[in-house]
Amino acid sequence: MRSSVSITLNHCSRTFAGGNTALQPLDLHVNAGETLVLLGPSGCGKTTTLRIISGLESPDNGGQVLFGERDVTALPIEKRDVGMVFQNYALFPNMSVADNIAYGLKIQRLPRAEIAHRLDEVMRMVDLKGFGERRIDALSGGQKQRVALARAIAVLPKVLLFDEPLAALDAKLRDRLRIEIGQLLRELGTTAVYVTHDQDEAMALGDRIAVMQAGRIAQLGTPQEIYHQPANAFVADFIGAVNCLEVIGMQADGGLIVHGGELVATHLQGVSTVYCRPEDIQVVPLSQADIKGKVVQSIFLGQSQRLLVDTGGASPLQIEAPCRQRWPNGTHIGLNLPSSVLFHPEKTNTTDTTKELANG
Amino acid sequence: MTAASKQPSGAASYVSRPSAINNVAARKHLIALLALLPALVIFCAFWLLPFSRLIVMGAEADRSSGISAYLSILTHRQYLISLVTTVGISLVVSITAVAIAGTVGFFLARQRFFGKAVLAAILTFPLAFPGVVVGFLVIMLGGRQGALAQTSLWLFGERWMFAYSLAGLFIGYLYFSIPRVITTVMAACDNLDQSLEEAARSLGANTWQVTKDVIVPGIAPALLSTGAICFATSMGAFGTAFTLGTRLSILPLNIYGEFTNYANFAMAAALSVVLGVITWMALSLARRLAGGNLGASA
Repeated sequence: MRSSVSITLNHCSRTFAGGNTALQPLDLHVNAGETLVLLGPSGCGKTTTLRIISGLESPDNGGQVLFGERDVTALPIEKRDVGMVFQNYALFPNMSVADNIAYGLKIQRLPRAEIAHRLDEVMRMVDLKGFGERRIDALSGGQKQRVALARAIAVLPKVLLFDEPLAALDAKLRDRLRIEIGQLLRELGTTAVYVTHDQDEAMALGDRIAVMQAGRIAQLGTPQEIYHQPANAFVADFIGAVNCLEVIGMQADGGLIVHGGELVATHLQGVSTVYCRPEDIQVVPLSQADIKGKVVQSIFLGQSQRLLVDTGGASPLQIEAPCRQRWPNGTHIGLNLPSSVLFHPEKTNTTDTTKELANG
Repeated sequence: MTAASKQPSGAASYVSRPSAINNVAARKHLIALLALLPALVIFCAFWLLPFSRLIVMGAEADRSSGISAYLSILTHRQYLISLVTTVGISLVVSITAVAIAGTVGFFLARQRFFGKAVLAAILTFPLAFPGVVVGFLVIMLGGRQGALAQTSLWLFGERWMFAYSLAGLFIGYLYFSIPRVITTVMAACDNLDQSLEEAARSLGANTWQVTKDVIVPGIAPALLSTGAICFATSMGAFGTAFTLGTRLSILPLNIYGEFTNYANFAMAAALSVVLGVITWMALSLARRLAGGNLGASA
């Protein structure tokens, strides 16, 4: 397989006709062989970023796209050597499965034997052996996306680009294909950029994740960093569920007074809010509890349950609890929030924070 | 009265329940039949009767040859040539119109420029003209006093004309075929999935390859169906041909001639049926390809 190449975006912004800014000036580096996930809600600029990398769109003047050392800003997509996988599959309906996959190879005018060999290889990789002569409209959604994947990797692209490839599939299939794509990316070692709004997908596939918001990168980091040290409340909230506890006072010994009790967090002095994940809160006997509250709702999730506990604050705390124990509504329970699971992004006002991060 | 009967008093109370339901159903059928009656009357009076009469008449003896008029079409050179000419020119017109207007329609659908809406409106303007006016326009261009004749007279001292020949007919037919194709192709291009083109380009395809492998196959049904409509329209077009000259040997003029000049009703009927069947086949092909309601006008 071809050696992989890094991707660098220098000061790439994108303004659409009519003055709509889809992307604020953006600097981004994707290491060779790395899978970077662009994660964010719709309209955050993730797809625009991907299209600028692909060459389907150009950055505003002053922007620069590099593949390795080579400046590809002026090259259209057909000269960039990228493989692309679309949300709606974008398979050629007038061609068979094999013709779809071999399309890029035929464009390259490879010898027939080489095409046959390569076709065989990628169809085995995506588990489509024996489907070569099928018509596209005779395939299921999952099979279609496998064909699209095979078509993209068959040309041995320098860069693989994914535009929400699993968004149109049902949950079970999505999980399966996600695992397969992950294995494939590791096997190929090709530099990949993957756009999604699904945080599970981002966590599972990304070597690093760029969380985007309103045309900017809100945070760039490994899945662990993004999850455990979110840069701001937006990121904390977008990646998984998060509890936000208002600090209403301070004890002489440094303990933080919150609704329902008191927390020890020496690393969080002077903050007005404290964050923690639902799964980091433990249900304990009332006598050992940091804070106490009343169960207002329990939502059974199968492998666990989500308790909503009213501690007197503005909104109830979310707690991930074992699924077999039962806490009827109204039960008073004790909660333990160890110091190590409490965190606080630099600031709580999301818009202010993203601006600062983009500038810094 | 039976115990089962819960009908209101009167005649209905003597019938058992199932037949009462049958009665209701029968009444519904009767109402539906009555509602259908006007349509049936119109269908029979204005379509079925004249058309079956036409078919039967076509089988009668042709006045000049004395054999069945359907057979004379095949055995007489004059009719056969007219049939082949009509089908031929209609085919050539359809293919040319699809080639020219398909390209223009695709361009218009994809490009954004100032005055595009006006240009599209002007290009589809010929749809507003009847065949006679189109024929008149062709004469203005290539007739005895036409623009081409004036120019060539001034330059070379002789009048160049094409209006009164098949070439004139070709130009005239093309003139009213192109707008139909442009509108259809523009609509088809709007429905094309852009990501297909993007996918092809990402695999290295250049503009020509994208056009050949993605765009043309994508709009092929529209091209075929609109081509079939052009064909049907050209087959039956009378006004343009009549304006350009009755010497042209094409089917609509033949029908008119047999009917009015020679009172050869059998021949006129047979030619009409043949014209109708060929046109109908083209239209049903178009309908199958496009799946919409289509009709030809002359």
